[in-house]
Amino acid sequence: MDLLEYQGKQLFARHGIPVPSGKPARTVEEAVAAAEEIGYPCAVKAQVQIGGRGKLGGIKIAGNKDEARQHAEAILGMDIRGLTVYEVWIEGASQIASEYYASVVFDRSAKAPLVLLSTKGGMDIEAVADEDPDAIARLHVDPLVGFQDFHGRRLAFEAGVDADVVRPIGALLKKLYNAFVAEEATLVEVNPLIITPEREVKALDAKVTLDNNSLFRHNENAELRDLSAEDPQERMAHDRGLTYVKLDGNIGILGNGAGLVMSTLDVVKGAGGEPANFLDAGGGSKADAITSAVEVILANPKVTAVLFNIFGGITRCDEVARGLIEAFRQLDPKVPFVVRLDGTNDVEGRQILAEASLPNVYTEATMDGAAAKVVELSK
Amino acid sequence: MSILVNKSTRLVTAGITGSEGTFHTLRNRDYGTNVVAGVTPGKGGQDVDGIPVFNTFRDAVDKQGANTAMIFVPPAFAADSILEAEDAGIELIIAITEGIPAHDELRAYQVLKKNGRSRLVGPNCPGILSPDKANVGIIPASFFKPGNVGVVSRSGTLTYQVGNELAQSGFGNSSIVGIGGDPVPGTDFIDVIGLFQEDPETELIVMCGEIGGDAEERAADFIAEHVTKPVVGYIAGFTAPPGKQMGHAGAIVSGSSGTAAAKAAALEAKGVKVGRTPTEVAQIAMEILGH
Repeated sequence: MDLLEYQGKQLFARHGIPVPSGKPARTVEEAVAAAEEIGYPCAVKAQVQIGGRGKLGGIKIAGNKDEARQHAEAILGMDIRGLTVYEVWIEGASQIASEYYASVVFDRSAKAPLVLLSTKGGMDIEAVADEDPDAIARLHVDPLVGFQDFHGRRLAFEAGVDADVVRPIGALLKKLYNAFVAEEATLVEVNPLIITPEREVKALDAKVTLDNNSLFRHNENAELRDLSAEDPQERMAHDRGLTYVKLDGNIGILGNGAGLVMSTLDVVKGAGGEPANFLDAGGGSKADAITSAVEVILANPKVTAVLFNIFGGITRCDEVARGLIEAFRQLDPKVPFVVRLDGTNDVEGRQILAEASLPNVYTEATMDGAAAKVVELSK
Repeated sequence: MSILVNKSTRLVTAGITGSEGTFHTLRNRDYGTNVVAGVTPGKGGQDVDGIPVFNTFRDAVDKQGANTAMIFVPPAFAADSILEAEDAGIELIIAITEGIPAHDELRAYQVLKKNGRSRLVGPNCPGILSPDKANVGIIPASFFKPGNVGVVSRSGTLTYQVGNELAQSGFGNSSIVGIGGDPVPGTDFIDVIGLFQEDPETELIVMCGEIGGDAEERAADFIAEHVTKPVVGYIAGFTAPPGKQMGHAGAIVSGSSGTAAAKAAALEAKGVKVGRTPTEVAQIAMEILGH
């Protein structure tokens, strides 16, 4: 789960990482009240997960109450690269002497947390990594040992930060690492990490990604929402315990197992079609889960045909067939379905479907054949 | 021959008294796997269809000589169970559980690595099948027969799909190993491909990867340096959009890294043929082994 900037900053604050004071707002009135409380100048920042939102008009500085109102009116509700702005974050404007970069990432390759520090902050760190890799100090931390003070000093010296902030930066990195572990994040990133003219160290931005699998023991985080990123079908699927990702095309896809569903998307695309979604019904799906999944797929009005690609292991094909029949009874779909059933109880599943003789349902023996058929029917 | 599980496997299931744990343990036993024990804290002294249940892994090892563990406990407790199995000296730990927190996996992985006495396969994997010898996990064994093709995969059902295509072309399998779709798999492509290289029965290795991480890229380098047997690759997720997690916790394209195209290119650059569909994987296997 990716947090919004302000959610990340509130998380940072809980771990003693200095951030500018600020307040979130969902209405113009709330935004103006927040600005009055914080004082001027203050920044009005659109809360969407898009890099470069400042250049797209999503961040403005207000010098007084009228400007705060004007900016909040302009930014709330605006569309930034397809995302609607539902919230703004009002924060006290900061004076900047230097811009650094700091992050802790879950390095899958090394299977250890990786801490990064650079004095080239405020810009795209991937570009810095490409052009000047030596400008980024890196350190893997043994998760069984944790982040030690000397790690912080070493990174600060290697990155070449100003001598007077070596210790404050080291201390901040330790807090950042501890927040990464305590909140079970897979990324915490500060860009820019600023040094003020008074030589204070502050996180001016916050990018935090949390591990969805650990949210059950972090209630505070599990309740966080990003209204701008929530698609109605994705929310519906999530509420039903299905793994669904909306895509741009018109062919609804249902399969069991993430790898097989990804493979199905590829094969459909290879046959000239455009998938409307990724939907993994999961292992051991019973009939009601299948019915529920069909409802999610059909809730997308762009869908003109649906492909079921099932290779039953724990999942039983007869359950899938019953679920589809129930979906037809409840939802009476108007689009054609192509069904490929293989694996556990496939013979029974195909027989159940044949006996039900559902209108507009076609069975295919192979994945390739099913993909070709659904592409033809979707046009 | 085969790899990892075979006739000398002595299996203990953690979570044997749960419904899934019971169901799959008994299925594994019906297949011929030597299931010697189960572990459920507080239920020691009971049995599951004749399989003795113990409170701890240590008891299962001391009393029944268990050497392989299958982890079926819920995600919140799974890493603890893995660490307990390791502490009891179990050599091979196969974790089926899906949804284990990433930081738990990381700690378990680092402990196993540091102590160097146990191998973890998974988590979030379908297990390992060595046809006609042993099945540990949830792979539907009836689709597979013994043979000379070793399969290693990050995805369960995709393994069945590819395995079925191979079976229909007349191929059997030495072993089928699911390494799982999580960000920190205990065992990587490299480890399994290395084992297949040493296994006399295996003549061809099929690896099924997917988007996310760099395990396939590292496997490509490893194959070029250490593997003399032919390897056929498959990568799922060519059409996956960046930034969207495609089901598996590990299946996400972040920035420009981890794309299917980059993985296929890395493998092809090292001479590994990559099928664009599961059907094509079987066709390439036929060309190589000449059926």
